Amino acid sequence: MRFRSNHIRRRRDGRYEVRLSDPERQLLKALPSQILDLIASGDPSSNRLFPPAYGAEGDENANAEYRQLTRESLLAHHREALTLLASTADVQDLDAEQAEEWLCALNDARLVLGTRLEVGEDAAPLVPDDPRTPGMAMYHWLTWLQDQLVDAMAAGLPTS
Amino acid sequence: MGCVVGTSSSAAPSCSTAPDVLDAPVGQEEVSADRPWLVIVWNDPINLMSYVTFVFQKLFGYSKEKATRLMLDVHEKGKAVVSSGTRERAEMDVFRLHEHGLWATMERQA
Repeated sequence: MRFRSNHIRRRRDGRYEVRLSDPERQLLKALPSQILDLIASGDPSSNRLFPPAYGAEGDENANAEYRQLTRESLLAHHREALTLLASTADVQDLDAEQAEEWLCALNDARLVLGTRLEVGEDAAPLVPDDPRTPGMAMYHWLTWLQDQLVDAMAAGLPTS
Repeated sequence: MGCVVGTSSSAAPSCSTAPDVLDAPVGQEEVSADRPWLVIVWNDPINLMSYVTFVFQKLFGYSKEKATRLMLDVHEKGKAVVSSGTRERAEMDVFRLHEHGLWATMERQA
């Protein structure tokens, strides 16, 4: 069992209490624009946010049609989440809708960053002077934070 | 984001950001009950297991047990069929999974 320190906690009123340090909040404020820049510049890592619907063996025409229909909606969705994360990075608690946006934005950031860093299933430890070290530290911190948020939000799901 | 919690796998799509997928002409073929479209989620090294489970619960209204079993299939077998139905329905599900960053595709049942 992993240690859970509950830096994000769901309160009884359905809001989410966020306990993060100022440097952590500064990261959350700065990161979204970097991800949005990568998307805007068409960086290959951002393609991960726009997967094909019909798979590798799918119909190319169907994929092109799906892309045409959904690209703008998906882009707006990701942009909205990332923008909200930056603008609420310093709040002490989130409502349920904001928590959803945080979850989406954190996942987007990890997908783009992880793709750039070529994160694999069996990650070998990096040597100290590997140029990916700072990015990987950020990635692992985002992973930790997203896991905290998922746990807190899962507590709010209806039990069936 | 705006997706509200689904209550069952047959619940109407509830994303406020729903695109034109539902209204758009997406194909000529009629739905055939014996060959539904399958929505498949593929394993990837970035999405968290806890997150994938959460997304299955939230989007499809699956129980924690069912969502966990599907997540483990994705993780261990490389993929899992998470829903099925008409082409329009499958495309909507794929879109909602893409909104959540999961690697989802759809294909017609063989």
